[in-house]
Amino acid sequence: MIQFLNTLSLWILPLIIVFILIYAIYKKTPAYEAFVDGANEGFKIAIKIIPYLIAIMVCTALFRASGAIEFMEKIFKPLFDYFKIPIETTIIMLTRSLSGSATLGVLADIINQTGVNSYATKLAAVITGSSETTFYVASVYFGAVGIKKFRHALLAGILADVVGLIAAVWICSIFFL
Amino acid sequence: MNYIFIFLILVSFIFAAINNRLDIATDEMLKASQRAVEIAFGLIGIMGFWLGIVNIAKKSGLMDVLSKIIQKPLLLIFPDIKENKEAQSNIALNISANALGLSNAATPFGIKAMENLQSQNKDKNRATNSMCTFLAINTAGFQIVPAVVLAILSANGMQNPTQIILPTLIVTSIAFISALFFAKILERFYK
Repeated sequence: MIQFLNTLSLWILPLIIVFILIYAIYKKTPAYEAFVDGANEGFKIAIKIIPYLIAIMVCTALFRASGAIEFMEKIFKPLFDYFKIPIETTIIMLTRSLSGSATLGVLADIINQTGVNSYATKLAAVITGSSETTFYVASVYFGAVGIKKFRHALLAGILADVVGLIAAVWICSIFFL
Repeated sequence: MNYIFIFLILVSFIFAAINNRLDIATDEMLKASQRAVEIAFGLIGIMGFWLGIVNIAKKSGLMDVLSKIIQKPLLLIFPDIKENKEAQSNIALNISANALGLSNAATPFGIKAMENLQSQNKDKNRATNSMCTFLAINTAGFQIVPAVVLAILSANGMQNPTQIILPTLIVTSIAFISALFFAKILERFYK
């Protein structure tokens, strides 16, 4: 199964591209012109999302640097002890939705501190792998089309993140404890 | 968004002042704005490549074929895109690329899908229901194989890193379904 999934992820991109090109030959589509036209948009989109990315990344970087997360770690400690959640994983739960690179950094930290085969590492890995950086995704996707009023999108994303965290703690305790 | 923006910045400065970390916080703030530009520029190449490939698929009519296949289940989640064939195929491509762990490919598809949804939006500043639902399921980050995490674990010498695949898949499915659920419930309260 694992072998199959690894092979699949290796082959999937080349296969998609080859399939698209063969279909284009079959339909006599000028592939090169279409490619260049499409690629031209990549630049415009990247430039367009910059202001939104700056706004989001400044907020999240400030929040992490301010020490607010360490404060929350103290508040959550009794709750975590009660549910047998390793305290090392608090920071990754709080940073997961804020910053992707920070999350990977914290994961590396947890591996260093507790060892790669520890329960904390497994829980942190599941948390990292099962979610996306909500704030980043929101700023890129809505930024690219100029949406400024997010309505309930962020709230729904964050609530889903919270459910995901609870599920991660629960599922991991079944699998690994 | 306005409130979150103001709240995060004010709270951060208050905590930074209490913790005596104003210097670090200010420094991080400025570095972050620099990083935002670097990330955006880093996206140009990948984004250009995938948008090019997708444009070939669009011009050849392959996208219409795809949208026909996935139309039925998709319309259950996004009821207002019945006439919007391009949105249908781009959403399908985005979700499948994400599921396969190809987030580099998923982002351009997702942005294209957002543009397609925006084209039928009356108020260009304000997200439609479908846009919110689409964003929420993307932030849930559904994927079948968490490739990056597996790479980190095996690089650090975990004996059997693949043991996290099944629990991760269960958790991400729960998050995906709840994102969909919350988006659908909350849209009634944000008219």
